[in-house]
Amino acid sequence: MAIQKEQDVVPFRNRVKEYAVKIGMSLVNQTKLITAASELVRNMLKYANGGYTLIEIVSKGRENGIRLSFVDKGPGIKDIQLAMKDGYSTAKSLGLGLPGAKRLVSEFDIRSSEKGTTVTITKWKNG
Amino acid sequence: MGKFLLVTIQVDLYDRLALNLESDLVQMVNKTGARGVLIDISALSIVDSFMGRIIGNIGSMSKIMDAETVVVGIQPAVAITLVELGLELKGVSTALNVEKGMALLRRKIGSFEDTQEEEHDDNSVE
Amino acid sequence: MEKYFHVAGSLCQPHFAATKKRFAITPFVLYLGNLNYIYMKVDISKVLQKRKKQILELWMKNQLANETLREDLMSNDELRIQSEELLDALVNAVNDRNLADAQSGDFDTVIEILSGISISRARQGYSPRETGVYIFSLREALLQTLQDELKNDAVTLLALTMKVNKLIDSFGVNTFETFIKGREEVILRQTDEITEISTPVTRLWDGILALPIIGTLDSARTQVVMENLLQEIVETGSSIAILDISGVPAVDSLVAQHLIKTISATRLMGAECIISGIRPEIAQTVVHLGIDLSNIITKATLASALKHAFGMLQLEVRKSVKEKTSL
Repeated sequence: MAIQKEQDVVPFRNRVKEYAVKIGMSLVNQTKLITAASELVRNMLKYANGGYTLIEIVSKGRENGIRLSFVDKGPGIKDIQLAMKDGYSTAKSLGLGLPGAKRLVSEFDIRSSEKGTTVTITKWKNG
Repeated sequence: MGKFLLVTIQVDLYDRLALNLESDLVQMVNKTGARGVLIDISALSIVDSFMGRIIGNIGSMSKIMDAETVVVGIQPAVAITLVELGLELKGVSTALNVEKGMALLRRKIGSFEDTQEEEHDDNSVE
Repeated sequence: MEKYFHVAGSLCQPHFAATKKRFAITPFVLYLGNLNYIYMKVDISKVLQKRKKQILELWMKNQLANETLREDLMSNDELRIQSEELLDALVNAVNDRNLADAQSGDFDTVIEILSGISISRARQGYSPRETGVYIFSLREALLQTLQDELKNDAVTLLALTMKVNKLIDSFGVNTFETFIKGREEVILRQTDEITEISTPVTRLWDGILALPIIGTLDSARTQVVMENLLQEIVETGSSIAILDISGVPAVDSLVAQHLIKTISATRLMGAECIISGIRPEIAQTVVHLGIDLSNIITKATLASALKHAFGMLQLEVRKSVKEKTSL
């Protein structure tokens, strides 16, 4: 799903919600996942002028979950460690986006180079 | 001249819209000379850091214009997510529902115990 | 090569059918060793079909003779029906090619039935040994029957015995896997139940909720506690929640963090949170660990927390002339 402008965010969130409901995720976990997704999509729009996202249903043993990938072709993040720190922001925002998103999901993976950034998050149904 | 402003956010806002809300609301506080702002977000299923910041901003802006802000109707799931996210909504008070929010505002503003006319500014989005 | 022999096998079959036993020991067959192999496999399914009744009887006899039989958990009739179903599936699935290959898709039904049986046995409280006896006594019955059938052909009997052994072994492994899975499910369900039971939210007064926390607070538990508490706050419209931690064995920085999270979430909802039941040793560890609880209302006992809550709601408890206590 391509994210080009702010208006794409709400449909994207709804799509994530659909998937979360489909695997029977609890409301709290749904909310956490969607909030994390919202943070990451916002980053993509703000720093990389958009990109595309991928929603997948994954399973590990008996546990189902949702994996979201956010791929952009922006300038990349220079210092990932610093970006993952609470309260650090290059854009005068709260600096909660990346670290907050990480706290909200079960698994968090970020890769970045000059060619762009890919963030993959996974939220298990019960976790 | 309303004493309180009541804002009901009914749909999930995207960023530009939220920014508009912020500036509109501050204008409104100025225009009406309201002493209290009540933001009802019970219909919001998601409050992310941006939305949280907007709410915080409205709180701080109203504060320096001498108006109290109370946010009401935060969903349990949203509250848990906000805490996990590390967002505390500093500077705004919260209440369970509009009724309790009103009571809280009245207590905060205190002495002015006269009749309240509420200004409705339902922010429904097309 | 394979193909050729299959063709040969099917070509020969009608001809050999009548002289099955004799054929198995003719020198001609020994010479065509591979052909014999195919012939033998055809044999097994037929033997099993023919002797199904006998196998079942033997199997039942074995099971009933075994001292681990649990008549208290399942009647013999039920056991017979269950065993017959499994045997039917097995006999239908076995054919000339798959005998030695339990992974073959042909056994899916058998494995499915077997899994069903072992999961239900795990739930009913059978021991692993009892479940093991069930499947392994089938081997005995099968082998006994084969022995009976192939008394005159030691070579084939040996080969078949090996294969049946292998097949039953892999069924056995499968049985244990599913048996353990069944047990794990029981454990998981119980864990869930304990988590649910151990976080009761009670209404102490109109607008005051109490949540006694008993046991260790880990993050999964905190999540449940938080959810229950917040949900209850919304439902009852309460403005004060008392978290009683006298049943929490220890408060370390992680537990404290969980508590603080719960309190922050409660505050976001617009309710106030009081922590009660701070025992002296908890007070000590909290201070030693440098945990800051200063912006949280803490009380030593639930009673004083309730008193504080009454104060916040501007309620008064008075001794009345007629009644014991009332508002």
